[in-house]
Amino acid sequence: MIEAINDALDIMMSRDPSVIIMGEDVGFFGGVFRCTAGLQEKYGKTRVFDTPINECGIIGAAVGMGAYGLRPVPEIQFADYIYPGLDQLISEAARLRYRSAGEFIAPLTVRSPFGGGIFGGQTHSQSPEALFTHVSGLKTVIPSTPHDAKGLLIAAIEDDDPVIFFEPKRIYNGPFDGYYDKPVQPWKKFPQSKVPEGYYSIPLGKARKVRDGEAMTILAYGTMVHVVEAVAREKGIDADILDLRTLVPLDIEAIEESVEKTGRCLIVHEATRTSGFGAELSALVTERCFYHLEAPVERVTGFDTPYPHSLEWAFFPGPIRIGEAMDKILEA
Amino acid sequence: MSNRAKLSLYVPEPNARPGEQPSFDHLEIPAAGAVRCPDIGAPEHELRDLPYTLIRVLDEQDAAVGPWNPKLSTDRMIKGLRAMMLTRAFDDRLFRAHRQGKTSFYMKSTGEEAIGAAQSLALDQGDMSFPTYRVLSWLMARDYPLTDLVNQIFNNAKDPLQGRQLPILYSARDYGFYSLSGNVGSRFGHAVGWAMASAYSEDDKIALAYIGEGTTAEGDFHEALTFASVYHAPVVLCVTNNQWAISSFAGIAGAEETTFAAKAIGYGIPGLRVDGNDFLAVWAATQWAAERARSNRGATLIELFTYRAEGHSTSDDPTKYRPADEASTWPLGDPVERLKRHLIATGVWDEEKHASLASELDIAVRAAVKEAEKIGTLGKSKPPIEQMFEDVFEEHDWRLVEQLREVRD
Repeated sequence: MIEAINDALDIMMSRDPSVIIMGEDVGFFGGVFRCTAGLQEKYGKTRVFDTPINECGIIGAAVGMGAYGLRPVPEIQFADYIYPGLDQLISEAARLRYRSAGEFIAPLTVRSPFGGGIFGGQTHSQSPEALFTHVSGLKTVIPSTPHDAKGLLIAAIEDDDPVIFFEPKRIYNGPFDGYYDKPVQPWKKFPQSKVPEGYYSIPLGKARKVRDGEAMTILAYGTMVHVVEAVAREKGIDADILDLRTLVPLDIEAIEESVEKTGRCLIVHEATRTSGFGAELSALVTERCFYHLEAPVERVTGFDTPYPHSLEWAFFPGPIRIGEAMDKILEA
Repeated sequence: MSNRAKLSLYVPEPNARPGEQPSFDHLEIPAAGAVRCPDIGAPEHELRDLPYTLIRVLDEQDAAVGPWNPKLSTDRMIKGLRAMMLTRAFDDRLFRAHRQGKTSFYMKSTGEEAIGAAQSLALDQGDMSFPTYRVLSWLMARDYPLTDLVNQIFNNAKDPLQGRQLPILYSARDYGFYSLSGNVGSRFGHAVGWAMASAYSEDDKIALAYIGEGTTAEGDFHEALTFASVYHAPVVLCVTNNQWAISSFAGIAGAEETTFAAKAIGYGIPGLRVDGNDFLAVWAATQWAAERARSNRGATLIELFTYRAEGHSTSDDPTKYRPADEASTWPLGDPVERLKRHLIATGVWDEEKHASLASELDIAVRAAVKEAEKIGTLGKSKPPIEQMFEDVFEEHDWRLVEQLREVRD
């Protein structure tokens, strides 16, 4: 996935001189996760540059650059460190078009590694997507495969609205099925994650059907797409799995179509439960598919605690908890 | 308990509270013309006296003196005077409109008119300012249509911002005036980013940003100065020190310990401290900083030393926290009066011309208010309901489509 992200950045920089990259350690070093490797050398230090360690400053400067007419792609090293930039994202980037009646826009794409499963502890594991989906004027994108990461990132950069692009770092190097004691298989062993060369984009607001099924709908995104897929396969459950890919805009049609078909719905995310994005999904499914539902909508999520270090695998919504929720839905 | 001396917490207090005698005796105000004007190419370390003094051009005899005298043409000075007078006439009229219930809110810039007016005229058309809510004179100096301002304040059907913003939080891109926001300070860093973008694009435009002295306490101030310094951004960063942040005196923002201009030193950029009620001094310092920026010498921090002569806003009563007559004892006087007296002293202006201009401007403001009133005051006329959903995104997503349908039905 790292190479796919790097490729998307490379392609957009070569196509559009207004695309610039900034962030902590993204320049000469190429990023702590190597996502921007080689780009400074190729495009020069005025297009790919290191910034002071100041997330509010990074996003604030990017908003100003966007107002000038550039298309900045700032990086926040970990989603856990995006909070100092929240005022800039919520009060400024998200509102600029609205409050200026379109005189100024903020066409930035804020990339940030996110999610747990890597023994990152409290401040290298968080999934703060619900803070952003709650803000009108922001788009939130979370890919789950290299193919999608490239196509969605290209679409996000081209989009004239501010986009939060969360990269699940657990699956940077290979998919993760939830069995943390098994060795990671690199992406190159998975033919379905093959990334086409050159430019292509995946429209924001379209979910991906991971697998067609009749027994229940599973809504997931990021790392959890791979975990729920593995659990359904192992348990032999004929699940209809949707990888949402973008939370805002949300593919409501795909969700409705699936739940109306299956009558059952499981929502899985790493983020803590209360007021998490799963609550919004559950409400939407209940409001819009109520007469098709044959069981209560279930959520398997992180617990309402800070992300723990040594108890990581008790916190992470793994195969056991997901499997139990599937059984509960089918028994209802 | 140990036998060490007990600590005590220090909380700054202003010199005078309501009912007390106002006093500005503690201010050190150098004579006009006394401060040196270095070459714009001078390195920062040779400029470190400037943040601790006060650049002034107009002296007690209303003459323009010293090395900072920008030697402006009469036309430019009259243009500046007009912009300041128009700002004051507009402020007075719209403040009254608030009292008459025609709008929900207003903020005057009385006493600070020289700042926006001089800087607006000193910068080029393509440059971008990142204003606070108290630099209306920037727009007045660039002849922004008065009726559009009033329509915004009345939030009526012709409000250029479609009724989305509180009164006076204007946006005027074509006038080099960036979109305002109610949360203070958050656009200070945008100016730096804008300036960096201009430099990246090998453009010749510069940015100018405003922040109040109270808001220098926000992280945005530090962030903007850090980025401006690191990348040599072509930006003029201005602190409008009007002594008051609502009810808090400047000491609560750190004014007792140092000057706001002196904060530049720690970031390695030049800091200038300027008499903010002296139109010519503001002009000269701005031009100096702008030329530095344009010649790739980077950012300058300017503290504009002034006094907020009126309440913070229509929701504020300053007699509750400061002496009612404090404004009249402000030692730097009134910016409009000082420029007027200078023009009269140079023989190009007189009381008659001044009175006639004042009356002409008052008529223009009245006409604009009347025209806006014809469309409607607050609540009497509104933008169409669709406008609540426009511009959230470039295009509506399904939620906005459904929600618009909901309010229409």
